[in-house]
Amino acid sequence: MAVLVYIESEENKFKKTAYEALSYGKALADKMGSKVSGLVINCSDTDGLKKYGADKIITIDTPDFQKFSSKKYSHAIAEVIKSENSSVVILSSSANSKFIGAHLSGITDAAYVSNVVGIPESISPFVIKRTCFTNKAFSSTEMIDGLKIISVSSNSFGMIENFNDSAVESFNPEKVDSNQKIINIEKETGNITIADADIVVSAGRGLKGPENWEMIESLADTLGAATACSKPVSDMGWRPHSEHVGQTGKPVSSNLYIAIGISGAIQHLAGINSSKVKVVINSDPEAPFFKAADYGVVGDAFEVIPELIQKLKDR
Amino acid sequence: MNILVCISNVPDTTSKINFIENDSKFDSNGVQYIINPNDEFGLTKAVWMKESNAANVTVLTVGNQSAETILRKCLAIGADKAIRIDCDANDAYSVAKEIEAHCQSINYDLIICGRESIDYNGGLVPGLLAGLLDYNFVTNCVSLEIKDSKATCAREISGGTEISECNIPLVIGSQKGLVEESDLIIPNMRGIMMARQKPLEVIDAQKFSAKTSDKKFHKPEAKSEVKLIKPDELDKLIDLLENEAKVI
Repeated sequence: MAVLVYIESEENKFKKTAYEALSYGKALADKMGSKVSGLVINCSDTDGLKKYGADKIITIDTPDFQKFSSKKYSHAIAEVIKSENSSVVILSSSANSKFIGAHLSGITDAAYVSNVVGIPESISPFVIKRTCFTNKAFSSTEMIDGLKIISVSSNSFGMIENFNDSAVESFNPEKVDSNQKIINIEKETGNITIADADIVVSAGRGLKGPENWEMIESLADTLGAATACSKPVSDMGWRPHSEHVGQTGKPVSSNLYIAIGISGAIQHLAGINSSKVKVVINSDPEAPFFKAADYGVVGDAFEVIPELIQKLKDR
Repeated sequence: MNILVCISNVPDTTSKINFIENDSKFDSNGVQYIINPNDEFGLTKAVWMKESNAANVTVLTVGNQSAETILRKCLAIGADKAIRIDCDANDAYSVAKEIEAHCQSINYDLIICGRESIDYNGGLVPGLLAGLLDYNFVTNCVSLEIKDSKATCAREISGGTEISECNIPLVIGSQKGLVEESDLIIPNMRGIMMARQKPLEVIDAQKFSAKTSDKKFHKPEAKSEVKLIKPDELDKLIDLLENEAKVI
């Protein structure tokens, strides 16, 4: 009975979601009366993890793991599960972690629940709360006995400091053959990604044309936010597809979501529902988005946004 | 080339979400069911590959008889054959096991599943299936090209795209980008007529046991009324975000 957390890193740095997964693992281990280990692949500086309560840090550092491979990573995690006798594995909800989660549960024949938003209501039986119906409902889901894998929703549990002078051990997994090779990664540089952002500034058709996005970017810069857009905007090619948020686009679970000139179609709301605080700026007081918002401004975006930027800068 | 597209029968996005039997079951009464949108992007791609890769496209769902309506629609869109594995879809694990069992008897070069369904949103079936079958796997797949036995795929990652190559057989988790919304095929009368002649095979389920079960559903608490701020009082908005919501 032990908890294992896969702690994701990118370019030798841990992501916020990884600290969150570890905080969750620690809370779960406390509830189960067991220990929590963190597994780190290809990240040398693990000191920052001590803050979040791992009893042990296991590191895998081989050239073969430099590039992400769901298959290789999953097999390595499966080996660590065996050697640590882990009963629950915690993952974040990043693209790569969710990729691993389903793959790993197939390899290890484990029960897997994703989109988890709280520590288990009970350990025996193991009942856990997750979102479903695209954030329109929660389910208390029972997982049967045996190995369990849990993906924790971003921003649902938070980072909880809990110092522990974690021991560090290295682990050498067996080599797994794979004919799957990454040949290229295209990344937009400098921008905050929607998945990692605390604040997302999103705009829709109300902006009238792609030439008007300068003020959206400027507002996002001022707040340190990521930019996003509604589906019609990406369909018309005003903004890249990677910015489309909603049911068929990217999901958003930021702390603050600011929607400008977006009416709030149900498909859009489905994708952004798990954001904590929603601000809507729209000239149409009848826009359905106001019903889902915490704060609203009925006004012309072309007047409100520049003034808001100025006031935020003057603060 | 043999393609299998796994289809999930899901409530239309605009459906009212309610629960019955002491909040333990989804209330399907009066709910319109559709092809899961992520699956439909995959199906459209598969239909294109009939021409580009001389592919044969089979659609499959795990579910009871009510799921046949959407299978007929898939046939009208262009799939060659439909299969329904006859049982209630209880959880992702048992569904993936049923599909795996079917894939042991027929070799598919490519298996397409939506990256996640819009009802339970687990995103489990494609990865589980790949893990169980030990096939290569690419989820959040936004482009796919197969030449001979080599596949080139693009996957959406945080802040960008990752291009990878692998051999088939392959499982992908499809999503928008693999084809665009405007590429989706609306069945015409000829397609609908032809679909009636195409085979829809019902096979017995192996009845694998589930690993997870929904014990109780509940809906989020009703949202409190929106606080409206006048456009000439933006200082107040900033103050609320800073001191009440504490998000900036």
